[in-house]
Amino acid sequence: MRHLKILEYALSSLLRRKYRNISLITVYALTISILASVLFLTHSLKLEAAHILIDAPDLVVQKLSAGRHDLIPSEYAKTIREIPGVGAAEPRYWGYYYDALSHSNYTLIGIDRNLPRLSLIEGRMPSGEGECAIGEGVAIARIVAVGDMMPLISSRDDVVLYKVTGTFRSESNILTNDLIVMGRKDLLQFFNLSADRATDITVTVHNPNEVTTIADKIKKTYPASRPITKNEIIRTYDAVFNWRSGMMLTIFASALIAFCILAWDKATGIGAEEKHEIGILKAIGWDTADILELKFWEGIVISLTSFLIGLIVAFVHVFFLNASILSPVIKGWSVLFPAFRLTPYIDIYQIFVLAFLTVTPYVASTIIPSWKTAITDPENVMRS
Amino acid sequence: MDSLIWTEQVTKRYNPRKPDEILAVDDVSLHIEKGEVVVLKGPSGSGKTTLLSLIGCMGRPTSGRIVIEGKDVAKLPERFLTLIRRRTFGIIFQQFNLIRNVSVLENVLLPLYPVEISFAEMRLRGGKILEDLGIQNRMHMKVNKLSGGEQQRVAIARALINGPEIIIADEPTAHLDRKLSTDLLRILEDLNTAGKTIVIATHDPFVYDHHFVKRTVEMRDGRLLNIQQT
Repeated sequence: MRHLKILEYALSSLLRRKYRNISLITVYALTISILASVLFLTHSLKLEAAHILIDAPDLVVQKLSAGRHDLIPSEYAKTIREIPGVGAAEPRYWGYYYDALSHSNYTLIGIDRNLPRLSLIEGRMPSGEGECAIGEGVAIARIVAVGDMMPLISSRDDVVLYKVTGTFRSESNILTNDLIVMGRKDLLQFFNLSADRATDITVTVHNPNEVTTIADKIKKTYPASRPITKNEIIRTYDAVFNWRSGMMLTIFASALIAFCILAWDKATGIGAEEKHEIGILKAIGWDTADILELKFWEGIVISLTSFLIGLIVAFVHVFFLNASILSPVIKGWSVLFPAFRLTPYIDIYQIFVLAFLTVTPYVASTIIPSWKTAITDPENVMRS
Repeated sequence: MDSLIWTEQVTKRYNPRKPDEILAVDDVSLHIEKGEVVVLKGPSGSGKTTLLSLIGCMGRPTSGRIVIEGKDVAKLPERFLTLIRRRTFGIIFQQFNLIRNVSVLENVLLPLYPVEISFAEMRLRGGKILEDLGIQNRMHMKVNKLSGGEQQRVAIARALINGPEIIIADEPTAHLDRKLSTDLLRILEDLNTAGKTIVIATHDPFVYDHHFVKRTVEMRDGRLLNIQQT
């Protein structure tokens, strides 16, 4: 009962200084929303990337010419398949296409059969020449639907019309959003590629522990090749997003520090009026512990309210507004992508860390100066 | 009569051993009996407010003993002093010391927030006291909207809400006109009739010459000059 009554007085006390507290909550919530946005976005992008890599092959073999990625002879796949321990080796045919109409970058894939983990929202996969299935982002960017004809400009500068036979969905929006899938022959023609060349070769290995051994063997067989393991790709994604989010957090850390200084100043600078109030409360029978509890509740209400508002703003910003403020920095190259919606993922551990780093210092900065006043004789406090 | 308050060679120094040291109370020994009305009188700076604060356990003496209801409060830990302030004393401050922008009722109930009684019981007690003091119709008004006399009554209501044994009042008529001062003294007289011990610090003759004052203690430069029994 006593705690409830002190909580009630704390709320009434906060309402008494509502303009000061509203401005404090606004700045506090804004700081938290920026930090939480960076964390949400980075975490979500990493999970999107992890989704892509679930079905990724154990190895991707590229060919290098003058140190740069070049087309690889399709026949390499046959030789690689014969290496003991290799389960499958398949050439892949794909490329990027910049669409000047929508200022977007699409990924074109040529297939002989359905791709794994892709299911269609509507329609069917392409089965003949001049047909394609597209991701949702492409459909939106080009304003096309199943049954429509979609013009693309080939490498020979010809306008080629493809009939849209279906649109995709997958667990990860990033995987299919910019995708245009067509028959292998169509793709080779579109990019004017030789029939005996592929973009790269995917390799599946029976024993995951043997992946690096197989990669070494491929490298020995084809010295101009570059085998990339799945783990290397995962590590690269992690490093890229961690680096970018780290940069962002470093920049925003200065904002957080600025806020902490402001909060400390607000909280420590308990004005003469607040000191006097503490003196009165002590004089009429409030214990030091009661004063600290009062200040604790005030700090908790301000900081938790700001924290929750900040989290909600960050959630809406990242997952409903596509992180419009931060995405150019965090996503980097993907500015050329058709816009995609991130799947909401929240890491509870990160939320707790953020709460610990923002709520705790504020509550402490509220309690400590009040404690200094509360342990002073009420007579001295009221005199000063 | 039982000795309710007893000070023995009490001294209070501010900023001791510093160039700006002030000797506010100097070697004061005083006994106040249960049910007495005692006035500490003297000019500003004579030490009466400091002595009142020491008696009310709002500060500690630099030396000497202060015994309240048989307990030497000068040596008690802070939490026991809090309990004594809460249970034994009702304090009426010179500046009223009400919390601004808070309602009359909430100000009156302030001493009860840290006490284990229900909201309903608190409000019942608050309503009763405000009714006794004739300001129940101001219950939900902010205190800063009240007149000086009404604020004084709120301060008295707050001092009485815990049912204290001793009322201490610092310059209670300093901000009141003659009519309001008369009303205030009537309230204090009623409280004394009800058995409360009252200690007042004032330099207003209207207070110390009042018929219900049993004893006047004159102070100057922190020392007791003489004690008059009326």
